[in-house]
Amino acid sequence: MTACGASATPVPESQTLIVFAAASLTDAFTEIGIAFDAANPGISTIFNFGGSQSLQTQIEEGAPADVFASANKTQMDAVIAASLITEGTQKNFLTNKLVIILPANNPASLEKLEDLANPGIKLVLAAEEVPVGKYSLEAFDLMNGSFGIDFKDKVLANVVSNEDNVKQVVTKVQLGEADAGIVYTSDAIAAPDLKTLEIPAELNVIAKYPIAPLVNSENADIAAKFIEYVLSAEGQTILAKWGFIPVK
Amino acid sequence: MTRLQRTSHRIFRGGISKWIFILPSLILLAFFALPLFALIYRSIEPGFFANTLSRQAFQALKLSLVTSSLSTLITVVLGTPLAYLLARWKFKFKSWLELVIDLPIVLPPSVAGLALLIAFGRRGIFGAYLSEVGISIPFTTTAVIMAQLFVAAPLFIRSARIGFAHVDKQLEESAYVEGANQWQVFYEIMLPISARALASGTILTWTRALGEFGATILFAGNLEGITQTMPIAIYIGVERDLGVAMALSVVLILVSVVLLILTKKIDAEEE
Repeated sequence: MTACGASATPVPESQTLIVFAAASLTDAFTEIGIAFDAANPGISTIFNFGGSQSLQTQIEEGAPADVFASANKTQMDAVIAASLITEGTQKNFLTNKLVIILPANNPASLEKLEDLANPGIKLVLAAEEVPVGKYSLEAFDLMNGSFGIDFKDKVLANVVSNEDNVKQVVTKVQLGEADAGIVYTSDAIAAPDLKTLEIPAELNVIAKYPIAPLVNSENADIAAKFIEYVLSAEGQTILAKWGFIPVK
Repeated sequence: MTRLQRTSHRIFRGGISKWIFILPSLILLAFFALPLFALIYRSIEPGFFANTLSRQAFQALKLSLVTSSLSTLITVVLGTPLAYLLARWKFKFKSWLELVIDLPIVLPPSVAGLALLIAFGRRGIFGAYLSEVGISIPFTTTAVIMAQLFVAAPLFIRSARIGFAHVDKQLEESAYVEGANQWQVFYEIMLPISARALASGTILTWTRALGEFGATILFAGNLEGITQTMPIAIYIGVERDLGVAMALSVVLILVSVVLLILTKKIDAEEE
């Protein structure tokens, strides 16, 4: 890429890659961005992290982006339906699972899943439109089978706030304002000071995250390189380190 | 005509010079007007009234009106004595007090929300004591009112203080000479004379409380019917149902326009 000596090939100006990524990818993708930039001198990757539904709306309204990494197929399909991503170019690059996080001192003394239905506890979820919020509701539907038909209703009666993205849920639990929150296992790994309550596999939801390049991207080749890096051994190792389940 | 009058006549008749004033003004005016027109234009579509009357919109509207009215009421009741104190008493550290009161006006709302959380949250500096006696403020409608109070009350206090300060001291002095006590002077002289400053301050506070978002979503959270005010419903609505968000936005614009016209009328009467 760089020219040596007195050759006439000019050094390309720093090119910027804009990646819109789900909030749950904040830590992992920041690290991937640093590694990607280091391996590709002249490229500078910047991220816009937010709830996938928020990013979807921004892209639909014309926000410039080169790559979109969503926490859910729904948001990716919506962008494809808007002809801003080509069907077939999206690839799943990780899976994620749900977990319950509790403040370190466990103020509501929650010991098992069923305790979520205890009256009076303060539960914080992500809003329904946020992927992890939707997954949480799906998990409650599954739990109805094991804990009784009104389990979901009792749990939802305990919800005190519907946050705009998953990191806000983490914050409310870290501040001790909430007794419990439902987030991804990756978020629990990124906040090791919190206690967790496992959700067994048969009651859990597998979230598949797709990634794709935007049709209107001005850096199509760099976008393709970035996606390739995410799917490569190095990228997948970084993702695994942050608690995601790699696809390879 | 005086020289000055002749000069100003020249400016307004001379073709080129007036554009120095008109052009920048047009640019700024267009910048303000276009987004508002665009929003109103786009939202007038078949589903508009259905959207404004949807359950979510109705709950948000009701909550916003109730909380902003309450916080405005509390502001007037507690803020009027404070404004009088600042206008008429002399004491040490008065300018520091004024600084503290003016601060929420310039602070970013999210900073206000964070501060409220750290003070009154469950593990907060004061909140910890409150939760020991069973009072928990975050996630409640009370928290919504507190957030609005924090960011909007200073506007009233400032307006009231200026209103009180402008009352002619001679009126007060003659009343004291006649034997009136401080309350009588306040109630019979200062209040009526500063009524318009108080009124426009109240409306300013009310509109600010209605539009409050950053501190509310951080301190009170987002739950339909309990803490989801109109601005929050609009913000969430943009990601869920653009139609509802736009309809609510238009309602908010209309309410603000009405309140601002009221303010103009009050100011006009003053002159």
